[in-house]
Amino acid sequence: MSKRVDHSEAASKFIKAKDHLEFHDKRLWDLRGKRDREVERLPEWEQLRTLASAIKEHTLTHLADYLEEFERNAIANGARVHWARDAAEHNQIVLGILQEAGASTLVKSKSMLTDECEMRPFLEARGIEVMETDLGERIQQLDGEPPSHIVVPAVHKLRGDVSRVFADKIGTDPKNSDVHYLAESQRRHTRPYFLRAGAGMTGANFAVAETGTLVVCTNEGNADLSVHLPTLHIASVGIEKVIPRIEHVGVFVRMLSRSALGSPITQLTSHFRKPRPGTAMHIVLVDNGRVERLGMADFWYSLKCIRCGACMNTCPVYRRSGGLSYGSTYSGPIGVIIDPAFDLRKYGSLPFASTLNGSCTSVCPVRINIHEQIYKWRQVIAERNQLPIVKQQAMAAAGKVLASPKLYRAATEATNLSLAKLPRVVLYNRLNAWGRQREVPGAPKRTFRQWYLENRKPKK
Amino acid sequence: MTTRDDMLARIRKCQPAPVPLPPIPVFDDAATPVLERFRAGVERMGGQLVEARAGADLGALVRSLYPAAKVICSACAELKGTRRPDPRRPPAELEDVDVGVVRALFGVAETGSVWITAAQFGVSALGFLSQHLVVLLDPALVVGNLHDAYRQRAQFDADYGVLMTGPSATADIEGVLIHGAQGIRGLTIVLVA
Amino acid sequence: MKAALFIPCYVDALFPEVGIATLELLERLGVKVDYPLDQTCCGQPMANSGCEKDAAGAEALFVKNFAGYDYVVTPSGSCTHHVRGNLTAIPQTARVLKVRRSVYELVEFLHDVLAVREFPWAEFRHAVGLHNGCASLRALRTASASEIREPPFSKPMALLSKVKGIRFVAPQRPDECCGFGGTFSVFEEPVSAKMGYDKVSDHAGAGAEYIVSGDMSCLMHQKGCAERMGLPVRFIHIAQVLNGARK
Repeated sequence: MSKRVDHSEAASKFIKAKDHLEFHDKRLWDLRGKRDREVERLPEWEQLRTLASAIKEHTLTHLADYLEEFERNAIANGARVHWARDAAEHNQIVLGILQEAGASTLVKSKSMLTDECEMRPFLEARGIEVMETDLGERIQQLDGEPPSHIVVPAVHKLRGDVSRVFADKIGTDPKNSDVHYLAESQRRHTRPYFLRAGAGMTGANFAVAETGTLVVCTNEGNADLSVHLPTLHIASVGIEKVIPRIEHVGVFVRMLSRSALGSPITQLTSHFRKPRPGTAMHIVLVDNGRVERLGMADFWYSLKCIRCGACMNTCPVYRRSGGLSYGSTYSGPIGVIIDPAFDLRKYGSLPFASTLNGSCTSVCPVRINIHEQIYKWRQVIAERNQLPIVKQQAMAAAGKVLASPKLYRAATEATNLSLAKLPRVVLYNRLNAWGRQREVPGAPKRTFRQWYLENRKPKK
Repeated sequence: MTTRDDMLARIRKCQPAPVPLPPIPVFDDAATPVLERFRAGVERMGGQLVEARAGADLGALVRSLYPAAKVICSACAELKGTRRPDPRRPPAELEDVDVGVVRALFGVAETGSVWITAAQFGVSALGFLSQHLVVLLDPALVVGNLHDAYRQRAQFDADYGVLMTGPSATADIEGVLIHGAQGIRGLTIVLVA
Repeated sequence: MKAALFIPCYVDALFPEVGIATLELLERLGVKVDYPLDQTCCGQPMANSGCEKDAAGAEALFVKNFAGYDYVVTPSGSCTHHVRGNLTAIPQTARVLKVRRSVYELVEFLHDVLAVREFPWAEFRHAVGLHNGCASLRALRTASASEIREPPFSKPMALLSKVKGIRFVAPQRPDECCGFGGTFSVFEEPVSAKMGYDKVSDHAGAGAEYIVSGDMSCLMHQKGCAERMGLPVRFIHIAQVLNGARK
């Protein structure tokens, strides 16, 4: 049975590292600010959000037809299309393609889906060398950590951390933490792998049904290098990435990088349609719980996600706890509503790592009602007995008291008296979570109700 | 039953009630002229923009922009470099290219992007292995926004195409902006018919 | 206008002065409000914890107390949002739906229903940081949110701006959540406290002597943080300012 993720415990550790916390919070808030400034320049922004949301909802409600259309066109383009019901089948298919081609080195660009499927350890255990080529993903690969943010995977690290990892693993100067030096080192170290890899792998931001095209958005150009040099291109694509037509790509490309980084577009927006002559292209369409989620009346809207990360950047909880505290490929607000569908027990604490403030919903380019789904997941978790016992009992007790005017009055009128009399050491100790870093409210002499009875004549 | 058939059957069973597909409206562009916006976009994203008269000596222009370049690989008929990209050779042979030269098919003012296809590159790796890239672009072919770009439907029949916006970049380490992440370090667009 | 006053459980027990100010303010404006004596709570604490079933009793009692009123006014954005948006643990009869539609947060009621803008008795000669609780802001839409591209507006500001002597400071993150979040404040205490510390520091750094809000729950959390930090910022509910509190 999988171990429960304790977000609060992990967050507590994150907060103690003051320099890292401060940078993390400021950096992601800065991305949120950049996003705001871009949005301000587009009068049609809110209209685009509605449009993008409707295109996604239309596609998802006709998903089978669009997947078939995509497959037809991809095959006509000369690509091979595979279908994987889960992570294990995905990994097996990828391995099979590599083995058939005799490829033992794989360069890849960023794909959350491959992280979700834990593809890398699977392949590495079977003799395939896998090189992450995105700088942030590469840092995390070398450090043996998963990515912490879907757009900026090493945002939780400072340059000194990266210097230490690179010195350890790729032989850079341990005394040099200049960012340009570190980035250049990774560029030079990675280039030979691009040049001699037997295969290249990408994800896909969008899969266009009309033409069988995969659209991949990067800033680094590593997806293009992964595809244009090796003679084999494998693309892992979640089934929810399908969109109907080429004209729709324009809508999403306008929104993706503005939402993610506050830049109007990524430096490279690549459209892979046909393999170049003499090479092979394989597309793996993956379910891994997506179909099940499509059937969840309250939660299928999460499939609209275009992986921009804007929800993470705006989330005050995420910025102060870091992506790794969620214990999953998908963290922050979107993670909170996706992960419980994968494993309710393991991720049962995540929907409570939220104040329900709703900022995530407001920035989502495809209008996912994230905070409303968080609220609904809480009900599911409580119903399935996945709440901590302490909370279950406290809420049952509170529910009884608050349902009865008499019990309520006894509690409120008594609490005030006792709060006034308790010594500090009773109120402020390790068991009283409120009092660890905050003062407890003072106790008034009487409740409002008592004041009302004394000062106003209640109507009969 | 294959995974494919099983997946499609399960999807059909639980697809939510159909939502209609909305039309994409025409969004009015800013009042600023297209080329002015295009220049601002290119420069904002880290590229540079120069103008040249039709018939100018483009080879000389490139050599003046990159005096230290030893290998200039041009995919364009109108510019002779030191080499031409050859699709019959392994693309990795372009790894020593200092400057690649290619002609784009159109530009996008909204973002400062240029559209380049496999046919234009000759060898697509040219756009990513070169240390620097020079892109020729007819100024008459700059469209307003991305919707305009994607409405040019035939362009997207290309085997491969890229909207390139500035050089390759990353800010993955402490948010410090780096140009020349994995791909080109610098992009120069030459506006010439 | 048949109107009633709903005083949230924590206001009743811990901050009765906010309830008193709300009642007095409405009376000053000529609104006669009943105060049903058997009221307790709207059900939010249990529902937000996932325990809708445990909220049913409180919700049923709420409806029982407030059926028959056209307006139920309450000095709490989060309670208003719960009733209007999430009071679903009990069968949704016509009676229940009517009560859900009839609840108004105080600022909404003053701004939209009474359409009042002048409070001639009010005077508050202090530098004020205005805090809009997230439920008030994003659920009830009492002000424009910084994430949304929309023309700026603010109902609380419209009410407060005519108060004699008041001046407003500009924090760096005007609508970032302060971190209360109900039971979040206890079960995710480290993050909650950090958010509270940051919020209070932001306002204090901008020069606020007081933080004013329509949500006492947010203020209770921020006050707890400020007192522990030793920051001299003080906290007051918007009802108290509009009712004429001088400090």
